[in-house]
Amino acid sequence: MEQQKESVVFGMWLFLVTEVMFFGGMFCAYLVYRLSYYNAWVSGSQTMDIRLGAINTAVLLCSSFTMVMAVHSAKISKRNLQVLFLLATIALGLVFLVIKGVEYHDHWVHGEVPGLNYFFNGTDPRHAALFFSLYFAMTGMHALHMVIGIGLLTWLTIRALQGAWTAEYHSPVEMCGLYWHFVDIVWIYLFPLLYLISKHHGA
Amino acid sequence: MSARVEHTGSVKTFAMIWVTLLILTGITVGASLVDLNAFNIVIALLIASCKATLVVLFFMEARYSSKITKVTIVSALFFLLLLLGLSLTDYISRGWPH
Repeated sequence: MEQQKESVVFGMWLFLVTEVMFFGGMFCAYLVYRLSYYNAWVSGSQTMDIRLGAINTAVLLCSSFTMVMAVHSAKISKRNLQVLFLLATIALGLVFLVIKGVEYHDHWVHGEVPGLNYFFNGTDPRHAALFFSLYFAMTGMHALHMVIGIGLLTWLTIRALQGAWTAEYHSPVEMCGLYWHFVDIVWIYLFPLLYLISKHHGA
Repeated sequence: MSARVEHTGSVKTFAMIWVTLLILTGITVGASLVDLNAFNIVIALLIASCKATLVVLFFMEARYSSKITKVTIVSALFFLLLLLGLSLTDYISRGWPH
């Protein structure tokens, strides 16, 4: 039984390694282009709303805490607490997506969506389009992971209501927890790279 | 069958890590408001890495996981740094695209 549990955790981490490399490719492209078209990157990055980005970071960190509490509740077989913390995690995930949607809407209104609605007139708009493309690719993939995560959490909640998660068996809750925390970590890096580091026109 | 004794963090630990993560977020936002030239990105990434480490060790409970899982986590970090490190040194040393 112990060995089964170990292999489930190991397998989940192997999947997360592939996810690290998937997001790593986009982070790599982002950093390379930032070095290449630095002025465009600064002007693009300065359109970001740091306030909304910071609120979203806090929301995600809170959701990671409620997730860890859901896993903990599963380990001590407390059904009602599981449901409560899983629902809180779903709610915080939805708040994150709504705020992200507001930001996307702002970018649309300001003509900062390359290919569809682009009339950005800051420094070097041609290469700033690269910044916005990568911004939408990275935050979009991150948001897609959140949507999948919320789907998984909904399933966990339904099973929790049926009393499926006990001290003896709670691997799915734990694995979804690992996934949710991973998605949180991606945002932990996206937030400074997209919003913060280009606030000043340094090097 | 007696219930398995499982290594797990306490609620107090989780709460402390959570508060620490929020404080670090405040610090990174505050640091971004000060013009530190090239150090803005260094500080931002250092703080982000601290936060990520806390999440991996305490929320994902990597500190209680088996040796093979720990090796897997470190290998992810290794290959990510290889990807970023080698790509960036290549581009920087060639002065691309100019």
